[in-house]
Amino acid sequence: MQQTKQRGAMSWVGNVAVIFGKDLRAELRTKEALHASLSFALVILLLFSFAFDPSAEQTHDIAGGLLWIVYAFAGTLILNRSFVRELPNDCLDGLIAAPIPAWTLFLGKSLANFVLVLAVELISLPIFGIFYNVRWAQQGWALLLVLALTTWGLTVVGTMFSALTVNLRIRELMLPILIYPIMIPALLGAMEVTGPLIAGKPLEGDLLTWVRLLVGFDIIFTSLSVALVSTKQKG
Amino acid sequence: MSDVAVDCSGVWKFYGDFPALRDISLKVPPGRCLALIGRNGAGKTTLLRILAGFSKATRGRVSIFGNQPRETDARRRIGFLGHGISIYDELSALENLTLFARMYGLAEPKKAALEWLELTGLTRVRDGLVREFSRGMRQRLAVARAFLHNPSVLLLDEPFTALDDRAIGVLQALLQAALREGRTIVMSTHQLREALELATDVALVERGGVAYQGPRTPEMLADPGWLYARYGES
Amino acid sequence: MREKIIYILAAAAAVLLVRNLYVILLGLPDEAQQGPIYRIMFFHIPSAITCFIGFFAAGISSAIYLATKNPRYDAIDVASTEVSLAFATVVLATGSIWARIIWGIWWTWDARLTSMLVCWLLYASYLMLRRAIDEPTQRAKFSAVLSIFAFSDVIIVWKSIEWWRTQHPGPVLSIRTGGGRMDPAMEAAIYWNLLALILFGLVLVLVRLRQEETRREIDGMRQMAHAI
Repeated sequence: MQQTKQRGAMSWVGNVAVIFGKDLRAELRTKEALHASLSFALVILLLFSFAFDPSAEQTHDIAGGLLWIVYAFAGTLILNRSFVRELPNDCLDGLIAAPIPAWTLFLGKSLANFVLVLAVELISLPIFGIFYNVRWAQQGWALLLVLALTTWGLTVVGTMFSALTVNLRIRELMLPILIYPIMIPALLGAMEVTGPLIAGKPLEGDLLTWVRLLVGFDIIFTSLSVALVSTKQKG
Repeated sequence: MSDVAVDCSGVWKFYGDFPALRDISLKVPPGRCLALIGRNGAGKTTLLRILAGFSKATRGRVSIFGNQPRETDARRRIGFLGHGISIYDELSALENLTLFARMYGLAEPKKAALEWLELTGLTRVRDGLVREFSRGMRQRLAVARAFLHNPSVLLLDEPFTALDDRAIGVLQALLQAALREGRTIVMSTHQLREALELATDVALVERGGVAYQGPRTPEMLADPGWLYARYGES
Repeated sequence: MREKIIYILAAAAAVLLVRNLYVILLGLPDEAQQGPIYRIMFFHIPSAITCFIGFFAAGISSAIYLATKNPRYDAIDVASTEVSLAFATVVLATGSIWARIIWGIWWTWDARLTSMLVCWLLYASYLMLRRAIDEPTQRAKFSAVLSIFAFSDVIIVWKSIEWWRTQHPGPVLSIRTGGGRMDPAMEAAIYWNLLALILFGLVLVLVRLRQEETRREIDGMRQMAHAI
């Protein structure tokens, strides 16, 4: 007979860590979503280069937009899987029944999704560089910051809506329809900054305003999600 | 804290216009084992899911030791085994049980997991992926998951399905031990024989309603069909 | 009682609208630079304001629903959103027509028109989500969450697209007279029409609310009938 641990802040961190670990481990075992997402990203990059065959200068203009279209679509594939992976064997029941607060479940999954989507993005970058003959690493750290900020926004919103749509028949269609309009401000900001960063411009002035937008977006929607997940649970 | 383990009164459940449960009232004192008997589609699964908190009753009240099923205290004390086993295919048996042990806040998760693998005879395959398990092995692992956190109330939906003889024996032993320890069991079943041997009380669920409820009698044990004959619809 | 209120409001809205149409079409002179087409602004601008009032009401109502679980607030949520979406469509249509006449193109990525389009998409997705969920309690809960998300996004959308437009300047929809200010008579007309449209919108919301209430009553009775 085992005693249960004392409850407290540390146990919440523990819960988030448990869910985070489970999701990552399960995905890394099969790598289904990762493979699908990466393949999708590569195909879109390829198709765009056929469609537009951009010159070096044109590429700099469109880099921001192109990359974030690729990331948004490829990322949604992973986000969709997030709760869908709980459907076989009624695993979702097991998670709901466990005495962990709903927001820890949500945060754990969001963090796992964040890692996976960021991984796809980071792998796609050098491939983009090769296909389009672009040196992208000149402002490497700033670029990483923007990637991380926008991806977290995408992940939080996407995980939330993934939870809302998990039981719908048409979930694969509903998820993009719900996510993209909400993400427009963040994607707009990301596109506006990523282009100049790839072209080597430093992160200052007007670009910083966009970064502030991204930070604000993340804060608002993270708090909103955590708050709403908790109220949803109680009924 | 109420002294009734599982209490539901006036419970109705509608899916659209269809009444899956009609005015169900059941009280199960602690330490008893209630067998829910009934044909497919009678409403046993719906009732169990409402007791476990996965579904909300359209009307009526449900409580587990005085708490609503969704409250954290209630969730800590409920062990549920449904049609889906709630086990991850891509993880190993040990990883699955350790995961649930952690989520239920056990002080030594890995130790508890190993203990229950032993009790359900799965120690040999502890590192095997559940994906490769047979139906019987998966059901045994699901039983381990349900019992792992020493729940006071066990809600089991046809737990003997897909078990071979040895596994049936293991489950019966576990349930008997649970009853001796004073835990409460509500179990739906088709396997009348095994369930009736364990049951202290019986309820016949027919078309969403309770056609009969009362203690298990020797007649029921001698002839499992007796209940249907006496109280069921033709 | 509710019926009476609806009729009175509808009558008031109708009277106001007739009066406004008279003023807008016959009373005011042509605008200095745009010609007669500027009159469409008297519907374009008030529709936009009405639509945002509606989205705001839906957001508040959603929050109250999540706190109280009272289905009446879910009804207000969906009624407000549907009516507001209709007004949003009017905004987009009138903006398009204006652009076609003034610039010869049907669509322009003007900051406000673009933001309106994004808001339209947000709330259209809300209606799609509602349609996809059959179970009433779950539908109410999930659409309340989406409504709150959508409204939180509205402000961010407007700010960000405005900022984007200052970075990449483009065409602008507006009413200006001569030096860039709005003539006071025109301003008054906008407010009068705003009142008319708000009343009209309110009537539509109340009618829709009654429809939701009736539907819930019927569902309740059907359930009772099946139970017997």
